[in-house]
Amino acid sequence: MAQFLFFLLAVVCVASVFGMIISKNQAYSALFVILTFTCTAGLFALLDAPFIAVIQLIIYAGAIMVLFIFVIMMIDVRKGIAPEKKKWTLVFASGIAVILLIELIVAFKMAFSPLSTSPSQAIGNPSDLGYLLFTKYLYPFEITSILIITALVGAIILVKKKEKE
Amino acid sequence: MIPLSYFIILSIVLFVLGIIAFFIKKDLITQFLSVEIMLNAANLAFITFSKSASALDGQIIVFFVITVAAAEVAIGLAIILLIYRQKKSIKTEDIKSMKG
Repeated sequence: MAQFLFFLLAVVCVASVFGMIISKNQAYSALFVILTFTCTAGLFALLDAPFIAVIQLIIYAGAIMVLFIFVIMMIDVRKGIAPEKKKWTLVFASGIAVILLIELIVAFKMAFSPLSTSPSQAIGNPSDLGYLLFTKYLYPFEITSILIITALVGAIILVKKKEKE
Repeated sequence: MIPLSYFIILSIVLFVLGIIAFFIKKDLITQFLSVEIMLNAANLAFITFSKSASALDGQIIVFFVITVAAAEVAIGLAIILLIYRQKKSIKTEDIKSMKG
């Protein structure tokens, strides 16, 4: 059952990335990426990380992608993106990417040959995660809140229209 | 029980697809989306290694990555909006004022 679920999620994930590459309209691309993120949330749940799976659904597939869709709404996409003129970029990018893929897989096989698959006790319990977050990782957690405030203020100041004098 | 190496292979495939999308697409928003896909692939690898080591630290890192990605998206989309206001276009070909 878990195996079937994994292959279903993996196939949908990769297929929706392909759909994002193929589609001409940016709004459709954003919707395909939402599908990818949802499938990744399912994979996280398979890997004993229920809290991260829910965070992925709410923050990534929810909040961040809504931001993207709002910006796509503001930008006029009816003019559309001009069709690809240079064909060689596609060939070049695909060639380099295939080389990188082979390289990464070989590196992974050589570096981490036996990845332990022992059916350990369920980790990823949200209360354990919260405990770790507020003891060992307390300072990074607090610094992250400063980062978020800075990003918020920065985004508002960047987009605000200057008043003509 | 699914072998954990399957998850790593899937993460590598997603990362490479993100790179291909970044180089093929010609508008800023889709390139930004493909950066998000690459971040997601890295998150998948982190969670897999966290499961393999039976330690929660990988999941904490993913939590921070998601938070930083939210901040990055807010700033990045603000910059894209600024570029659109100035150039009336988000195609990468039209942004060439620094081209030699």
